[in-house]
Amino acid sequence: METPLIEFVKVTKRFGDKTVLNNIDLKIYGNQITTIIGKSGTGKSVLLKHIIGLLEPDEGEVLFQGRAINRMNRKEKDAYKSRVSYLFQNNALFDSMTVFENVAFPLIQTTDLGKREIKERVMKRMEELELTDALDKYPSELSGGMQKRVALARALITDPEIVLFDEPTTGQDPIRKNMILSMITHYKKKFGFTAVMISHDIPDVFFISDRIIILWDGRIGFEGTYEEAKKVNIPLIDEFLRSLEGFEDELTGLISREVFRVRYSTILGGPVVPLKVSAVLFSIRISLLEETIGPQKTMEVLRMLGEYINTRFSPIGAFSARYSRDEILTIFPHTDVEEAEQLVYEFAQELKDKVLANIKLVSEKKVGEEPCFDIHIHGGVVDVSSSDTIDQIVEKARARQRIIAIHRCENGR
Amino acid sequence: MEKAGKEFIKKPPFTFFQKIGQGTIRFINTLGGITIFFFLSFINIFRRKQIREIINQVYYIGATSSLIVMLVALFTGMVLGLQLFYTLVKFGSVGALGSAISLSLIRELGPVLTAIMITARAGSAMTAEIGILRISEQIDALYTMRINPVRYLISPRIAASIVSFPLLTSFFDIVGMIGGYITGVILLGTNGGTYLYRIQASINMVDVRGGFIKSIVFAIIVSTICCYQGYYCHTRSDGYGAKAVGLATISAVVLSCVMILIADYVVTSFLM
Repeated sequence: METPLIEFVKVTKRFGDKTVLNNIDLKIYGNQITTIIGKSGTGKSVLLKHIIGLLEPDEGEVLFQGRAINRMNRKEKDAYKSRVSYLFQNNALFDSMTVFENVAFPLIQTTDLGKREIKERVMKRMEELELTDALDKYPSELSGGMQKRVALARALITDPEIVLFDEPTTGQDPIRKNMILSMITHYKKKFGFTAVMISHDIPDVFFISDRIIILWDGRIGFEGTYEEAKKVNIPLIDEFLRSLEGFEDELTGLISREVFRVRYSTILGGPVVPLKVSAVLFSIRISLLEETIGPQKTMEVLRMLGEYINTRFSPIGAFSARYSRDEILTIFPHTDVEEAEQLVYEFAQELKDKVLANIKLVSEKKVGEEPCFDIHIHGGVVDVSSSDTIDQIVEKARARQRIIAIHRCENGR
Repeated sequence: MEKAGKEFIKKPPFTFFQKIGQGTIRFINTLGGITIFFFLSFINIFRRKQIREIINQVYYIGATSSLIVMLVALFTGMVLGLQLFYTLVKFGSVGALGSAISLSLIRELGPVLTAIMITARAGSAMTAEIGILRISEQIDALYTMRINPVRYLISPRIAASIVSFPLLTSFFDIVGMIGGYITGVILLGTNGGTYLYRIQASINMVDVRGGFIKSIVFAIIVSTICCYQGYYCHTRSDGYGAKAVGLATISAVVLSCVMILIADYVVTSFLM
């Protein structure tokens, strides 16, 4: 059994008469993204502040690798804190410092790095977060979204092992929301940190999370993987999750997975079941693309693909939803596999001529000196029977996926 | 049921003695808290990477307050010159004008008025600034970055106050004596040579040292109270957020001024 990196053992926290955390037992494992979801005022931020030591439990203990944080001596606590970073809900940027000074501040104060090295590291992080235009600005001169990115840059500048994100995507537009989530996964892969995140961006946050914790009335309502969360059968929690998901996927404009599920059930479980139903699973290899053109442009590619699928197939009665971060599932009622294959072929032709050319234009600015990148769009067509669940359709379609459209590196490199 | 039952349990009314006891405990708690706060801040003055921040604060507390301190000093000296001239004339001792003005300024008025002026100008700003950092979680952010907030925010301010108060007091004394010269010599026609000779003859090192000791004590009191009020403004029970910062600033200024006058008496009685 894997040892948890951080563990809450019967933690209770009260503020006056109000019990915010009530006898909580919780485990957070290393190298995972753990997401905490819950209604406002249920103690999510309080829980996060216990991990970094900003708050101490009234009862119980918070353990880091088996050691109680509140019983560590100063040296141990200092060593522990050097491994943890915190992104505040309201950013907590130093408003009397410029953006550059804010990001450089932890390095100046806690390391012996020279000015030049600090500048290099800060600039690198600024470029990654597209903040180079805001270097000399003060936080009050920036939009909420930019402030959030500055706070993110500051949280990541010391290359921490554990990063606590308190609503990192609040106030961001859909592309940037996904970009930030992509960055978290990207840096998690790159630096191997453990992320604990409070977020309500369902389903995007589910796609990137290894574990999900739902706080409910000061207690743990659910703890487990995304797959397990889908099967959660607690009406209040289920309703809450659905309300967060809404009707539309913000990034692509496609219907939400919940609406998709209802529509799918209505078609195949209704009184008149169509004779022929087929499905296509489109995907791009998002992690490869992120490496080349960066998270923001990758999200734009995904958005364009989603929008294009929607405009192309909705008029003929098909409906689509994002199944995972980079997979879009489309159901074609009244269409057999051969017809669906033909539709996908035509779609792929148009995709090459119109969409990928657009993607190239979008990406050129970002890629700059390295304009050589490939985009492979995969598609898998399958027949759907009335007994198929959505997960089964996806499994079958994944097995049949092949490249349907390619944007090739045009510089011959 | 339990909730309904609770409504019927009335809390006993606070008696007079309970209120006194509560107030005393709170006062002792705060006093202890401020003392610990000062010692922690003082120790942290000598840590690494402090010089730059201390210099910034010396500029902010000291240099930018110098003009207003000197203006107050000039008019204080001029009023002293005027009042003492007419008093001394009655006793035929106008020649002692220089002594009276210089000793009043160096022993009492210089340190006290300088401290009060800095409290009004820089002390209130210290409380408000630290208070805003607190309510906007910037102090928590420092903590999460392994930066000791007391070391980074409080220690430089206390160090800068310890440096600035005596310097500004000495400016106050000199400008005050010039003010006295303007009134006594230029406007009222006392002999200039006598005025300056009396200053030189009557001031001893003990007086100057006493004035500096007072200004250092005031510096510690003002900076500690102002920083403490701002740093713990979030724990106030009479207001939250911006209101707490406002209330903390009022408390800091009032408490500092009162403590300056009390400390002035205590230190003077030790120095006499």
